[in-house]
Amino acid sequence: MINDHDILETINMIAQEHLDVRTITMGISLNSCIDSDVDKCCDKIYDKICKRAEHLVETGMEIEKEYGIPIINKRISVTPIAQIAAAAAGENKNFNCTPFALALQKAADTCGVNFIGGFSALVQKGFSVSDIALINSIPEALTVTNNVCSSVNIASTKAGINMDAVAMMGKVIKQLAYNTKDADSIGCAKLVVFANVPEDNPFMAGAFHGTGEGECMINVGVSGPGVVKKALEKCDGTLSDVAETVKKTAFKITRMGQLVATEASKRLGVPFGIVDLSLAPTPAVGDSVAYILEEMGLESCGCCGTTAALALLNDAVKKGGVMASSHVGGLSGAFIPVSEDAGMINAVKCGSLPIEKLEAMTAVCSVGLDMIAVPGDTDENVISALIADEAAIGVVNSKTTAVRVIPAYGKTVGDSVAFGGLLGEAPVMNISGYSPAKFIGRGGRIPAPIQSLKN
Amino acid sequence: MKAIITVTGKDTVGIIAKVSACCSDYNANILDITQKVLGDMFVMIMMADITGLNIKFTDFVDKMDEIGKKNNLVIHTMHEDIFNAMHKI
Repeated sequence: MINDHDILETINMIAQEHLDVRTITMGISLNSCIDSDVDKCCDKIYDKICKRAEHLVETGMEIEKEYGIPIINKRISVTPIAQIAAAAAGENKNFNCTPFALALQKAADTCGVNFIGGFSALVQKGFSVSDIALINSIPEALTVTNNVCSSVNIASTKAGINMDAVAMMGKVIKQLAYNTKDADSIGCAKLVVFANVPEDNPFMAGAFHGTGEGECMINVGVSGPGVVKKALEKCDGTLSDVAETVKKTAFKITRMGQLVATEASKRLGVPFGIVDLSLAPTPAVGDSVAYILEEMGLESCGCCGTTAALALLNDAVKKGGVMASSHVGGLSGAFIPVSEDAGMINAVKCGSLPIEKLEAMTAVCSVGLDMIAVPGDTDENVISALIADEAAIGVVNSKTTAVRVIPAYGKTVGDSVAFGGLLGEAPVMNISGYSPAKFIGRGGRIPAPIQSLKN
Repeated sequence: MKAIITVTGKDTVGIIAKVSACCSDYNANILDITQKVLGDMFVMIMMADITGLNIKFTDFVDKMDEIGKKNNLVIHTMHEDIFNAMHKI
């Protein structure tokens, strides 16, 4: 028998503390769509996605209603398009991959999902012809589409850091910022540069359907920073008690995610992949990771102690969540996007959270430098070097790191960019202007670290 | 299959009657009711068997929502599995 306290606690978490399932993401393999004819390939992609994901949105809404738990997003991830486009690109490095992005957009519109991810390339060790073609197509592809997300993996612990790719991405990000200058360079919010990218991540903008995945999978991303913050408000004990409280709360949140994932998988007839145990903030008041850190006893997020507090949080979330789900994967941890977190925005505005502190925090969080706006005149080499720094943290520590940076065209420190919705708003942050141009210009590969030799 | 129906709002005459009537109309069998009035706030937790429901469960949720809106009450109608998942190992 369920007791009244448990019932009211669950309802309170949903109604007052922003507990939700952040996303049900259907991963779809597009390998069967490969064709040397671009138009035929795009038609096959559209048909396959629409067939597989036909009932995704309505099933999500049905589960939402029956269980009373909000499921904010229904999304699709696909096989990295660089691999699907390879047959059509042939030996042509200047091949334009934009038609594939348009096919994805059309499929997203038909299925009613709000994002589709997988306009991606994996180039941690080197480029195939279609990888180069895809990367060069990103600025155009993300300008002419609204809901297509792109990611490029430029490093891994096993392969090291592909510095030629790092240099390319600096240019791509700048060009994309310029192309979408009329909308605060929003294109850059849909592009993530990864190190050690997970192949089953359900969260955007970095979701894609990895090559080791099945034909079609359901992955679920949970959320719940507000619930953790509320639980900590009642905890006056030591940091051991804080960790225990986070663990218990993460367990409950993840169990709910597991239930939704199992139900969605059953109703759609698609195998369940993983639950991603992430604390994903939103700009809504009370749904912030920064406020959790402050609740632990920091005056403002970014002050000394922030990295330690975040390490505790990230670890406790994983420990609590891992027993609650049969398969855990994706990014799993605490996200620290600036524009999507009211507490982070405040911390940046009041000067307590500079970009260097954020970089340190990424060594212990689940992702990386996420949704950070920098001045529009930031040199492309500086952006590349920022990516290289972040990749180094990921590669050496055998963890995922990522950069989603917005060099907001025409804006400078003190201005802010506003994207609305879940993407929020971001104050433009100061970034060192000293030039790493010679370092980036060297190109080549930073070798894999010694800890990659585990065999 | 069971559903948990929670009702909160300002206490007025006939809240239980309205919610119960809705259960009866759609063949949901009430198994348990806990109810309290705190000050002038009405709080009720009801458990109902929905195995024999004569409409879709999602439509039943809508019907309860309508009662809530008409009577200025907050009514949550949820499948019991969500509570079992969160609070039982």
